[in-house]
Amino acid sequence: MSWLKQTINSSVGAKSIVALTGLAMVGFVVGHLSGNLLVFGGPDAINGYAAWLRSKGALLWGARVGLVAITGLHIYFTIRLNLLNKRARPIAYAKKSYTRASFASRTMVLSGLLSLSYILFHLAHFTFRVTSPEIAALGHTDVYQMLILSFSSPLVAVTYIAAMVLLGLHLNHGLSSLFQTLGLNHSKYNPIIRSIGPVLGSLLAAGFMSIPVSIMLGILK
Amino acid sequence: MKLKLHIWRQKNAKSEGRMVTYDAPDVSTHMSFLEMLDVVNEGLIAKGEEPVAFDHDCREGVCGSCALMINGVAHGPQRGTTTCQLHMRQFKDGDEVFIEPWRAKAFPIVKDLVVDRSAFDRIIQAGGYVSVNTGGAQDANNLPISKESADQAMDAAQCIGCGACVAACKNASAMLFTSAKISHLGLLPQGQPERQRRALNMVQQMDKEGFGNCTNQFECEAVCPKEISVQFIARMNKDYLNASVCGPDPGKKAGGED
Repeated sequence: MSWLKQTINSSVGAKSIVALTGLAMVGFVVGHLSGNLLVFGGPDAINGYAAWLRSKGALLWGARVGLVAITGLHIYFTIRLNLLNKRARPIAYAKKSYTRASFASRTMVLSGLLSLSYILFHLAHFTFRVTSPEIAALGHTDVYQMLILSFSSPLVAVTYIAAMVLLGLHLNHGLSSLFQTLGLNHSKYNPIIRSIGPVLGSLLAAGFMSIPVSIMLGILK
Repeated sequence: MKLKLHIWRQKNAKSEGRMVTYDAPDVSTHMSFLEMLDVVNEGLIAKGEEPVAFDHDCREGVCGSCALMINGVAHGPQRGTTTCQLHMRQFKDGDEVFIEPWRAKAFPIVKDLVVDRSAFDRIIQAGGYVSVNTGGAQDANNLPISKESADQAMDAAQCIGCGACVAACKNASAMLFTSAKISHLGLLPQGQPERQRRALNMVQQMDKEGFGNCTNQFECEAVCPKEISVQFIARMNKDYLNASVCGPDPGKKAGGED
C-alpha cells in the first residue's frame, strides 16, 4: 500500500482529501439545512422529522461518526498543508501586493477556524445542551420550541448569524476551488464552477439565517 | 524622473540581508527596468560601492533569467511582461519602488536579487522529457494531433521557467510551473508513454524541493509573463490522481525487473 501513503503524503493527494472531505461536509450542510427549514412547516413538521431521525438509531450514529471523521480529516490535512506552506517561504516580502486573490480565499484559515469554534459551541448548545439548561428542560421531543426559545436570546441569534456569514465566506472560495483541486477546469464548465461557490455559499448561509431572523421578527413563534 | 529605490542587499547565501534605500535621480521613461538598475549600478561603482547583483540574459522576454519582485508584484505592474521588458514609463516621478528577490525556501538567495532556481531543473529532470527511439525518421504527418491539443500544448510550452509563479504565490507553490511542464508533453501523442510516471515523478520532486501547496488563489496566473493558465494545474492534479490510482505501482520496478 506504499502507493496510498505516497499519494496521501503528496501535495496533490493531500489537497484532494481536503477537497473531497469539504464536498462531503457541504453535502451534510445541505441536508442539515433542508431539515431545519421544516421549521417553517410548523411544530409538527420539524418535530416529526426529528423523531424520524432519532428512530434511525444505528444509521444516525454511523452518519455522526462518519461526519466527525470527515471533519477531522479536513482539519488535519489543512493544518498539515498550511504548515508546509509556511515553511516554503521562511522570509516574508517587505512589500507584497495581491493582484487576483479574493477576500474569501485569503481568509480561509480564519473563516475555517472560526466556523469550527462555532460548531463546537453549536453542539454544546443544541446537542449536548451544556450551555443551555433552559432547552435541556424541554427534552428531545420539542425541537420547534427549542429553536424559538434559543433564538429569542439576541446573543445566541446574532452569534448564529455571524457564524453563517463565515460559513458563506468559507464556501465562497472552497466550493469553487475544490473542482480545480480535483482536476476539473474546462472552459465549458468554468462559468458554473466559478459561480457555484458564491451562489451556493450565499444561499446556504441565507437559508440558515432565515430561521433566527424569522424568530426575532416574530414570524415564527 | 526621480525614484526612491528600496533594494534587498545580501552579500552571499550565508549572510543576513536587509533593505537598503537608494536614490535614482535621473531615470528616463524610455529605460527598461533593468537599464534603470544598470544606471544605478554605474553610480554605485563610481562611488566605490558594490553594485546590486541581479539575474539577466536575453533582455527580450524569452530566456526567463530576470526575476524581480517589484512593489510586491512579480515582474512588476504590467501584465504578461518580464522584468526586462518592463519600461520605466510604468512609474511616476517621485515613486518609491521596492525591489526584492523571489522568496522561497526552494529558491535560496545567491546574492542580492539573484536566487538559485536549480530546483526547477531537478523537477524537469524528474520527468520532463519524452523517449525518442532511434531508427529511420518517420513521416512528419503520421501522428495526428488535434488543433485544440496542439494549441494547448503550445500554450503550456511557453513557460520560460522564470519562477514568477512561485514568487507570487503566498505558499511559494511551484504548481503552475510543474503543471505547464507536465502538460505540454502530456497533451501530445509523443508524451503518452511516460505520461503517468511523468506526473508522479515531477510532482514528487516538486514536493521534495520544499515548494508549498496551491490554494487556488491564481496569483500565479496573474503575474505569469507568458500568461499560462491555471487550467494546467487542474490537468496536473487529474494526471497525478489518475497515475496514483491507476498508474504504476511504486513498490515495483519498471521493465520486468524484480
